[in-house]
Formats: sequence, structure tokens, C-alpha cells
Amino acid sequence: MTGKFTNQKAWFLVLPVVVLVAFNALIPLMTVVNYSFQESFGNNIFFWEGTKWFEEVLHSDRFAASLGRQIVFTSIILAIEIPFGVAIALSMPRKGPWVSVCLVLMALPLLIPWNVVGAMWNIFALPDIGLLGKTLNALGFDYDYTQQPISAWFTVILMDVWHWTSLVVLLSFAGLSSIPEAYYQAAKIDGASSWAVIRYIELPKMKRVLIIAFLLRFMDSFMIYTEPFVLTGGGPGNATTFLSIDLVKVALGQFDLGPAGAISLIYFLIILLTCWLFYTLAMKDEAQ
Amino acid sequence: MSLEFKQIEKRVGAETHIYATDLKLEDGGFNILLGTTLSGKTSLLHLMAGLDRPTSGEVWFNGKNVTRAPVQARNVSMVHQQFINYPNFNVFENIASPLRIQRTPAAEIGRRVGEVAELLNLTPLLERSPNELSGGQQQRTALARALVKDSDLVLLDEPLANLDFKLREELRDQLPKMFENRGCTVVYATSEPNEALLLGGHTATLHEGRVTQFGKTEKIYRRPKDLRSAQVFADPPMNTATVTKQGDTFILNERISWPVAESQRSLSDHAYTVGIRPHHISPASGRAGAVPILGEVLITEFSGSESIVHFQIEDRTWVSQAQGIHPFEIGTKAEFFLDTSHCIYFGAGNELVSA
Repeated sequence: MTGKFTNQKAWFLVLPVVVLVAFNALIPLMTVVNYSFQESFGNNIFFWEGTKWFEEVLHSDRFAASLGRQIVFTSIILAIEIPFGVAIALSMPRKGPWVSVCLVLMALPLLIPWNVVGAMWNIFALPDIGLLGKTLNALGFDYDYTQQPISAWFTVILMDVWHWTSLVVLLSFAGLSSIPEAYYQAAKIDGASSWAVIRYIELPKMKRVLIIAFLLRFMDSFMIYTEPFVLTGGGPGNATTFLSIDLVKVALGQFDLGPAGAISLIYFLIILLTCWLFYTLAMKDEAQ
Repeated sequence: MSLEFKQIEKRVGAETHIYATDLKLEDGGFNILLGTTLSGKTSLLHLMAGLDRPTSGEVWFNGKNVTRAPVQARNVSMVHQQFINYPNFNVFENIASPLRIQRTPAAEIGRRVGEVAELLNLTPLLERSPNELSGGQQQRTALARALVKDSDLVLLDEPLANLDFKLREELRDQLPKMFENRGCTVVYATSEPNEALLLGGHTATLHEGRVTQFGKTEKIYRRPKDLRSAQVFADPPMNTATVTKQGDTFILNERISWPVAESQRSLSDHAYTVGIRPHHISPASGRAGAVPILGEVLITEFSGSESIVHFQIEDRTWVSQAQGIHPFEIGTKAEFFLDTSHCIYFGAGNELVSA
């Protein structure tokens, strides 16, 4: 019995993980890859199409438009939620009985399922009976998210900020709580201003959790589906048809499996590459 | 450069952290706060810095009442037990940070930082960021930041506690030299009696929120005012026992007794508490006049070239500390030798009567 031979047993130990990953990631992904390179017909008849679907998707105005909407949406979401979340975390009490009250209040929106959030805001924002819609109109704003693209965007963004800023708050708060008291004392003794404390102690110390918060919010908002689908159904017109909503229309509405497969893979690669790029750049200084 | 506490008291909720305390620090000197964890060292330092306000009493600084003055108005600097530096500044910017806040001209900042960096051997590291430094280097950077400010009062809160042994020794040797000729008053909090002895200067012994004694370190060690101060300033713990003076003999029990020294003749004949430092009890005879005592060995510890032996006489545990390796079988009876010329005697109220 050589050492090499006995080592083969290790494969059995790895096997459960391999099977699990295969079934929940690799095999589904391979079916998508399969669709994206072929023309699919009923009775499992396939014709090889090469990169035709990819070329078609990449040259289509429809894909460009929904990708554009997606990028604008995610940029706005990140630009609002990250600073807003950090600001809330900074203004929360660090000690005493109010800490847990604040944390529970903050965590509440995160506990509500996506489709419920969509349905809630759908009614909340209705211009004729919803509290938000009626109030806005009473205040003199011409607001109707079922008819006007601007109103629809405003509502979708407000809904996402309401639902997900808490995540940034909780992560930032965890980062803030881990800063030893001595840092604040040292800054006080130096005579540093409260802005300097935020800029040179709190933000640098929160860097790692902020990277995580940014990545999570990027991925989640880039893949957003349920909430705008329930709220606006992608409308009015195509105003809030984000990439995932468009993908579902192509795949299940039109049953174009080839182009849908191609869109899925491009979608997946965009998220993967962006996350990898961002993480690599952000963690460059932390390498030591 | 003087700091004085007048009847300072600090209570937090129902707890008293510092009981009414008077303390006048040695101007421009090295002052040590010695006490165990929770004895009030850090509370005192925070009161000195102005990070906390006293519940009652007054703090006087350079002849002014600064009880209500905020930290920024006091010109103090502080080094903590943890290594505290600005995470995204390099070493140069970290050291320069208090000067930048004071709006010191750039040329002067360069000069002063360079000077302090040279003193602390940080010159080759000035471009590095704190997370690229070892613990010792990080703490030297924090010390440099405290030094560069030229404050009147420098507070060091167990600055060496988180360093490993070698670095601790090295930095401890350098510390008193760093503050020489700077005219600042240094307060150094530590829980290690040996550290206080090595650093010299003046020492305040702390016990459960009270300053039990303040004076020259050496003097407090030799002549503690009372049993408490003696116990705070002893590591390993001081041996204590009750002895009765009868004419010209101190009697511990029917088998152990020793003659009263010339200077102790005037003491009246009754019971005293005797304090004996562990290194005055040796497992080897040698010194003439040492009193042999017989005890049962409980534990022996060897640390390098030193032996610490715990033994029992009747219901009391004793500790002996001696140079060299002295192996003992646990549970056996062994003879130890007591150097009675270094015994410290305390009266009925635990006050010093003879040392």
C-alpha cells in the first residue's frame, strides 16, 4: 500500500460537497449554457446555433435599454443607501437600553418578504386610495406611479431604500461597535473634531464591513425582481423593466429559450466580474 | 507642570470607583500608579486627563482649577494599553497628527517628528502604515505621538502590557530616558510591582479605589505605610503571620521564634502582624542568623533560574522565592530559612511599626 493509493479515499469525503454543488449550481447552470448555444424545440429537439443568440442579444436595443435601466437603478440605490445607512448607524446610540430598541426597529423591514413589500407599496402608493399617493397629490404633486415613469421610478427607489437601508445600518453598526473606546479617547486628547473622528477613525475602521455592505447591496439591487414586478409589473410601458423582469418576459412570456439563456449568462458574468473587480480593488490595501 | 487632586471622588451609578483622594504628583517626574485590575488606575488617569469629570472634589493643574476644563484645554497626552493609531495614516502622519490639529507650521512638524522618530528608532518606518508594523513598533508610534506634542502631562495606561516579554523589557529600559529633560510630568499605570521598582520615580499604591500611599518608589517598597500598601507592592504575594513579642523574642509558635532587634526594643509586648517578602525565605541555609522553619511542601514552580515554593505551616500557606533550582518532593516536610532582618511589623490597626 503506497501513500498515493490510500490518499484516493479522500475523494469519498469530498463527494457529498461535489454532489451538492453539482445539483444546486453546476447542472442548472449547464442547462442554461445548453439553451444559449442551441435552438430548442418541443420533444427535446435541439439545433446547434453557436454564438448566434449572444450576438443577437448584445446587438439588441431592448437588452441595452433594460441593462441601462438596471445600471441607473443600482447606481441610485447604492448612492442613497450606503451614505444614508452609515449616517443612521453613526447617529444611533452606542450604549444603553435604546440600542436594542433601535436595532429591532431597523431589522423590521428586513423581515418582510419581497412580494409582501411590493404589495404593501402597491397599495400604499396608489394615487386615489393609498396613503402616500393621496398625500402627495393633496400636497400638490402630480403623482401617479401607474401612469408616469418618474413617479414609478420614485416609488421603486423609495421602496428599496425603505426595505434595504437597514442592512447597511446593521452592518455599519456592527463595524462601529467593534472600535475600542480608547480610539475615541485618543482622538479627544489630540483635540480632533467630531468630523475628524468620523473621517479618520470610524470610516477607516468600518472599511471592511462597508465593502461587504456595498457588495451585498450591489448584487441584490442588480438582481431585483419581485418588488418592482409586484409594484409596477415593469411599467408604465417599459419604464421600470429591469434586467431580471425583461429576462423573465423573454424566457417565460415569449418562450425564447435561446436568447433567454444568453441573457442569463451575460447577466451572471456582469455581476461576477463587477464583484470580483470591486473586491480586488477595495482589498488591495488590506493585503498585508 | 503640577497636578493636584483635592478630595477627588468618582462615583458611577451606585458604584464608587474612586473614594475621596488627595494626591499631589511629583512635578516633572515619573509617577507610577500601582494596583491590581479594578483598583482605580484607569479611573484616576481619566480624571487626570479630563476624559471624566469627578463627582466631587477639584483638579488643579499648573496652579489653575481645571475641574471643569475639557481635555483639549489641558495639554495632556495619553498612551493606552491597546495600540491606538490612526489606521489610514502612515507613521509620519500619525506622529504629526496632534501637531496638525494645533496648526503647527509644516517645517516645524517635519523637524519635531524627525526628532521624536529618531529617539524612538522609528526613522526607517515613517512611510509605513500601522498595520504593517509589529506590536512594539505600533506602540512606539503611539508613544511618539504622545511625545511630539510636548504636553505638560503624559499619561501611560499600562503601555507595555500587550507586548511580549522581550519587547516589554527593551521599551521599559528606554522609557525613563525618553522623558528625561522634557519637563513633563509622567504618570505610568501598571499592575506589576517589579515594573514599578525598575522604573523608579514616585509610586502611588492603589487598592479598591483608594490611594493607600504615595512617595518615593524605593521608600514605599522598603517602608510601606500599612499592610495594604505592602501587599499591593509585592509579587509574589507577601507572607503574613501573627507574632507575639515577649521581652526580647518574637514568637510565631512554640517551635518558631527569633530575637528582637536593637531598634525594636521600644515596642510594647503584644501581638503584631509580620510581613515577610518571599525572597527573604530561602530553601537553602546560608545567611547567619536565619531562622529555620519547617513546613510541608505544596507546590514548586521553576521559572528559569528561580524557584518559587509554596509550603504550609499549621493552617497558613507560605511562599519562598529563591535563586537556583531547588527541587522538592510535594507533600514532604522541608526546612526553610527566614531572614528576620528584613521582616516588616504592623500594629493592631495594620499600621507600620517597624521595618
